Amino acid sequence: MAAVDSLNLSRVSRKSEEAPDPDAELARKALYYMFLMREVEERIEKRLYRQGKIVGGVYVGRGQEAICVGAGLAADPQDVLFPCHRDMALYFIRGIQPREVLAQYMGRVGGPTRGKDGNMHMGDLNRRIVAIISAMAASVPVSAGAAMALKYQGSRNCVLVFFGDGATSRGDFHEGINMAAVMKAPLVLICNNNAYAYSTPVHKQMACANVADKGPGYGVPAEIVDGNDFFAVHRATARAIAHAREGLGPYLIECKTFRMTGHAAHDSAFYVPKHLFEEWAAKDPILRLERHMIENGIATREEIDAMYARIRAEVDEAQAWAEQSPFPDPSELLTNVYEEK
Amino acid sequence: MPTTYLEAIRQGIWEEMERDPNVFCIGEDIGVYGGAFKVTAGMLEAFGEKRVVDTPISESAIVGAAIGASLMGLRPIAEMQYADFISCAFDQVVNFAAKCRYRWNAPVPIVVRAPSGGGTHGGPFHSQSPEAWFVHTPGLKVVMPGTARDAKGLIKAAIRDNDPVIFFEHKALYRRLKEEIPEGDYTVPIGKARVFREGKDLSIITYGAMLYVAQEAAETLEKEGVSTEIIDMRTLLPIDEETVLASVKKTSRAILLHEATLTGGFGAEIAARIAEKAFEYLDAPIARVAAPDTPIPFSTPLEQAFFPNADKVLEKARWLCAY
Ligand SMILES: Cc1ncc(C[n+]2csc(CCOP(=O)(O)OP(=O)(O)O)c2C)c(N)n1
Repeated sequence: MAAVDSLNLSRVSRKSEEAPDPDAELARKALYYMFLMREVEERIEKRLYRQGKIVGGVYVGRGQEAICVGAGLAADPQDVLFPCHRDMALYFIRGIQPREVLAQYMGRVGGPTRGKDGNMHMGDLNRRIVAIISAMAASVPVSAGAAMALKYQGSRNCVLVFFGDGATSRGDFHEGINMAAVMKAPLVLICNNNAYAYSTPVHKQMACANVADKGPGYGVPAEIVDGNDFFAVHRATARAIAHAREGLGPYLIECKTFRMTGHAAHDSAFYVPKHLFEEWAAKDPILRLERHMIENGIATREEIDAMYARIRAEVDEAQAWAEQSPFPDPSELLTNVYEEK
Repeated sequence: MPTTYLEAIRQGIWEEMERDPNVFCIGEDIGVYGGAFKVTAGMLEAFGEKRVVDTPISESAIVGAAIGASLMGLRPIAEMQYADFISCAFDQVVNFAAKCRYRWNAPVPIVVRAPSGGGTHGGPFHSQSPEAWFVHTPGLKVVMPGTARDAKGLIKAAIRDNDPVIFFEHKALYRRLKEEIPEGDYTVPIGKARVFREGKDLSIITYGAMLYVAQEAAETLEKEGVSTEIIDMRTLLPIDEETVLASVKKTSRAILLHEATLTGGFGAEIAARIAEKAFEYLDAPIARVAAPDTPIPFSTPLEQAFFPNADKVLEKARWLCAY
């Protein structure tokens, strides 16, 4: 449990006689997961991919980490998560290890799909986390059904589904949100509006100003939050979850953010005006959380840097483990198409 | 008791709903109305709104919601009002449901019921037999009963199966077919074909309503001194190759008969397997009788010309026997 170890170390470093401040605890946890995600994605995109150790698509959530971490930490461990392709930290929050994620990207048996699928296409029902498929928004109706099932089972839990602005143009988004609304299913819909879908800016994706504008048409309350503010996302998600648990049906959150990379590792983002990257770099969610912690006496610069060093070492170890993980044997090609009795 | 094909399916679903509280039905107009064909009639009253869920017109979300519910441990039975509309749910069926187990070891035990087939003046969008699209999708099971007995046994097996099953029901058989079926609980295994009629000179390999076209042809051929074996595939995926090959090795002549259009149809796959694995047993070419490669027309004479019939089968059979 390497991931949790570094987290505990950062806790131990606090003065033990003080009663734990829940907000400070939350901030530390959030910074841990946000930085871990960034570090793992940096390795994937800037090292392993360029070294040819990762083949296939690499999509990262750099600059968007506050969204999955804010929402993921607001959820109960029994709430069901449907991450999209820029939500890596959700896996860490649910206990999937960085080494498993790295092995997944490299197509090794140490990854959750044992090489059957790549990148963020992974899930684990024991951890209540469902794998996406590539088709954008396909998770939305499936998450609606999962939420209907929780209601059927009399559970107090809910479902959180994540997607981008571009995905909200697809029929599945509309069928799914409408179905969930009609069924009053406990579903929280979380959109990362990062201004682009591949090369397509939002104004060519939709004629309304906000993704949130699409909620009321379905009878679904919606709100817009600063997606680079961890606390804003966390609070909005908590509100949405409370709404869902009360039996009031789905709730839509639009997190305004910016994609700080090309669409994928092969894409230079030549079509994005440079000044936008500069403007959004100043709003980086990790820098903002660091500043909040230092200004409020939650952590010192030195403590934060020490935590980052531990995370880097942890990811070094994870990477070494993943690179040692074997490739699947070709005989596995034919396994698990159907239930094997 | 003589039971219709429709009633057999209804009984099968009903018994499974009683047996397992995780089984529920979801679809358009299946509750108050009892379904466009009344397959779920009476279920709302018996099982309540929780287990007989009327939905918006959203085929993709119906299948998607079924997948999501199955991942949470339920066993949904999703109804497409007509098989023709399953194309609206295509991505959920072929990309989501079919691939979860292979990709991340997540079983998706759903049944998607799809009333298919023509001969009911349904025109281009209420008559189709789209089974071949799904036979081309590893991870799915594709079932199409041709008898009332199999309809009940297979729907029960489909509901208990831990993989996604596309269950085609032939609309023309719903009320036209009435026969004795066993009492109470029984299942028919998925993945097993059946010898529907025994013979020794010619095999007609078919399924669904075409069984009865084959039977009509077989009776005429009998008078001409040709003994015809009819194989009812019952399950189209996984393919029961063994039963097909055993029959062809015995008779040395094969006709593949289906109501769906010819090109890229299920018959082509069976023909290829026979050619690969039983070539030396054949006394004549492998023949196909299928609908022509056109959309399904509405007007009665056009519709009649579209569907395979006994005469078209006889023509091929006589050619093979004279070869
Ligand atoms: C149905 C479908 N069409 C096209 C694609 C190819 N594609 C992959 S990601 C993407 C853009 C997605 O944009 P958005 O939903 O805004 O998410 P983001 O990548 O910006 O986070 C496209 C077009 C796809 N995956 N699925």
